[in-house]
Amino acid sequence: MSSDSWLTTFPQLDRRDLTMIKKTLDGAYRDFSRSYGDVIESFFDPLLSFLVWFEKLLLNSPWWLTMAAILGIVFFATRSKKLCLGVAAALLAIGIFGMWDNTMRTLSIITVCTLLSIIIGVPTGIIMSRSDRMQKIITPILDVMQTMPAFVYLIPVVMLLGIGKIPGVIAVVIYAVPPVIRLTNLGIRLVDKEILEAATAFGATNRQKLIGVQIPLAMPTIMAGINQTIMMALAMVVVASMIGVNGLGQPVLKSITNQYFTLGLLNGLAIVALAIIFDRVSQSYAKRTQKHLGGKHHG
Amino acid sequence: MGKSGGKIEISNLSKIFGKRPNTVLQQVKLGKSKQDILSETGHTVGLRDINFTINPGEIFVIMGLSGSGKSTLIRHFNRLIDPTEGQIKVDNQDIMTLSKDQLIQFRRHKMSMVFQHFGLLPHRTVVDNVAYGLQIQKIPLAERTKQAETWLETVGLAGYEKQYPSQLSGGQQQRVGLARALCTDPDILLMDEAFSALDPLIRSEMQEQLLELQKTLHKTIVFITHDLDEALRIGDRIAILKDGVISQIGTPVDILLNPADDYVEAFVKDVNRARAVPVKTIMQQSVPVVSTDSLTDAFAALPPQGYLFYEREETGFQGILTRNKLEAALKVRPDGKIITEDITKIPNLMPEMLLQEAISDALKSRYALPVLNEDGRYIGDLSPESLADTLEYNN
Ligand SMILES: Nc1ncnc2c1ncn2[C@@H]1O[C@H](COP(=O)(O)OP(=O)(O)OP(=O)(O)O)[C@@H](O)[C@H]1O
Ligand SMILES: [Mg+2]
Repeated sequence: MSSDSWLTTFPQLDRRDLTMIKKTLDGAYRDFSRSYGDVIESFFDPLLSFLVWFEKLLLNSPWWLTMAAILGIVFFATRSKKLCLGVAAALLAIGIFGMWDNTMRTLSIITVCTLLSIIIGVPTGIIMSRSDRMQKIITPILDVMQTMPAFVYLIPVVMLLGIGKIPGVIAVVIYAVPPVIRLTNLGIRLVDKEILEAATAFGATNRQKLIGVQIPLAMPTIMAGINQTIMMALAMVVVASMIGVNGLGQPVLKSITNQYFTLGLLNGLAIVALAIIFDRVSQSYAKRTQKHLGGKHHG
Repeated sequence: MGKSGGKIEISNLSKIFGKRPNTVLQQVKLGKSKQDILSETGHTVGLRDINFTINPGEIFVIMGLSGSGKSTLIRHFNRLIDPTEGQIKVDNQDIMTLSKDQLIQFRRHKMSMVFQHFGLLPHRTVVDNVAYGLQIQKIPLAERTKQAETWLETVGLAGYEKQYPSQLSGGQQQRVGLARALCTDPDILLMDEAFSALDPLIRSEMQEQLLELQKTLHKTIVFITHDLDEALRIGDRIAILKDGVISQIGTPVDILLNPADDYVEAFVKDVNRARAVPVKTIMQQSVPVVSTDSLTDAFAALPPQGYLFYEREETGFQGILTRNKLEAALKVRPDGKIITEDITKIPNLMPEMLLQEAISDALKSRYALPVLNEDGRYIGDLSPESLADTLEYNN
C-alpha cells in the first residue's frame, strides 16, 4: 500500500479511517434517531392522522360519490366540460381495471404531498427572493435535493421514522418541493420592476407589495412550479412504495420483482392518467384565473 | 438657492452606481469624465453635482438624451434611489432624514408618480388601479372607489371602470396612470417620460389634457422627456441634462434663444421656433405712438420710416397714421383734427400669441404690427425683420 507512489494511485484514506468515519457518523445518527425518533414522530402525528383520514374518506365513500366530487372540483377549477369528460373516462377505466382503491390511495398521498410542498415551498421561495444572500444559500441545497438519488435520503428518513406513510410523505416532499421553491423565487424576481416601483412610490409597505403585487404577478410562474411539483411527486410514488407507501406504486414494485408486465403496465398507465389529469386541470385553472396578466388578452 | 419658497430643492446631488461609490466620489468631483471613470473604476456616474429649485405650482421639465440620468434624478425625489451625496429638500424638509415609516407616509401623501410604461397592476381592474394609492392608505372601499371613479371621469375614462389594463389602448392606460397619480391628491406629480410610449397624436392630446388639468389643479409637476418639442410645449422651466450634469436651466424661450452651450444649441437647432416662442419675447418698441388729436402734431412726430401708431386715451389703439394720408389731410384741413378717415386699420397681435400665429399677418403687412394688451393698448410691436431674424436664427 504505502509502497505505491501517490502519482500512480490516488492517495486515498486508509480503509480503517474510512470505516471509522462511516461508523462514527452512522452511530451518531442512530443514537440521534433512537433518542429523538419518537419526539419527531409525534411531531408528525397530526399530519399522519390527516393523511389517514383523507385516505379513508376517499376509500370509504361510494366510488360514484368520490368520482362526482372529483369531477365537481375539476369543473369548478376549469369550467371545461371537455376536460371533465376526459377525467371521467380515465377514472372509469381505472375502476374497470381494478385499480380504484390504489388510485385513491395515491391520490390522497399526492394531494397531501402537494399541499405540504406548497406550504413549505412558497414561503421558502419568497424568503429566497428577498435577498441574494438567501438565494446563494438555498440554491445549492435545492440542487442537492434534486440530484441526490432518492434512495439515499430514504435511508436516514427510514432510520429516523421507520417504514410507513410519514417517511414516504417526507421523501416525496423532499424530492418534489424544489420546483415550487425555485419558481416562486424566480416569479417574484421577474415581476416588472416598474410595477413594483409604482407600488413603492405610492407608499406600499413591503408586506403590501408582497401580497398585493409580487405574489399575484408571480402567480403564473408559481403555478408552473406547483404543476412540476405534482408531476415529480407522482414520479416518486413508485420509489416511496419501497418504504411502505400504499398505492399504485406497490403493484408496480411487485411486478418488477415478479416480472408481471401487464400488471406493471396497467398501474403505470394509471399513474400517467393521474399525472395528466393533475397537469391539465392545474394548467387550465391557472390560465382561466390569470387571463388578464399576460397583457395579450383583448375582450 | 432661496432658503424658502422652493417646493423641491436639490443641492450638490451626486449619484454614482457601483460597488463602492464613495471611493469614486472624489474623482467625480475633480471633473473626470463619465467615460474615464467607467473604464478605470467600473462605476457609472449617474448624476454629478446637481443644484436647482423647483417652485410650487410650476411644470418643471427635465430633458436629456437616453442615459443622461433623467430617471435617476427624478427617482431621488421620492427616494426610490438614494443619493451618493447631496441634499434633497421637499417643502423645506430634508428627506434623507426621514425614518422608514415617515418615508412611507411621505410617499403616500406628498407626491405620486406616472411611469413611462404605465406601471399598472395587470390583475386589477381600472378602477382598482386608480384607487390603489388610497387602498394602500387603508381608505375604505366605498370611499376610494368613489374617488377613483371621479378621477376616471376627469381623464375621460368613465365607463371603463371594470376593464383590465390589458384591454385598454396605450393612451387609455396612461390616462389610468395619470388618474391613479391624481387620486391620492398629492402636491407633487412626478412624470417619468409619461407620454413617450404613446404615438404622436395621442401624445399631443395627453399634453393638452395635462395642461388643461394643471389650470385647475396647480400641482407642482416634474416632467421628464427626451423630446424638446414636448418640453417646450408644457414646461414653465426646463432643465437640460447631459451625462448627469445640468447644462442649462431656463424658460423655454431662454433655452431657445440663448442656448448655454454647444450641446443645448445642437438640441434646439432643429426646433421650429415659430411654434414655441410667443410674440412678447421678441417684440420691440420701434414705432412711435401718438395720442394727440392734432394733425400737425402727428405729422411732426413722424419717424423716418414714414408712419406711426395712433392711440386714443379713452378707447385705446386705433391704427396707423401714414405720411401720405397725413399730408393729404393737412392739405384739406391745415389745422384740423385727426378723423377716422385719416387712420389706416392694421391687424394687431397679442403678447401671448405664438410667432406661428403671427407669421401670416406680419409677412403680409408693410408695417410693423402693434402688440396690444388686454385693454387694447400698445405695449410693443413686431416688425417683419425681427420676426425673420428670430426664425432664421438656426443658420
Ligand atoms: N441601477 C443602476 N445600476 C447601474 N447603473 C445605472 C443604474 N441605473 C442607471 N444607471 C446608469 O445611470 C445612467 C443614467 O441612467 P437613467 O436611467 O437615469 O437615464 P435616462 O436619462 O432615464 O435614460 P432613458 O431615456 O433611457 O430612460 C446610465 O448610464 C445608466 O447606465
Ligand atoms: Mg429613463
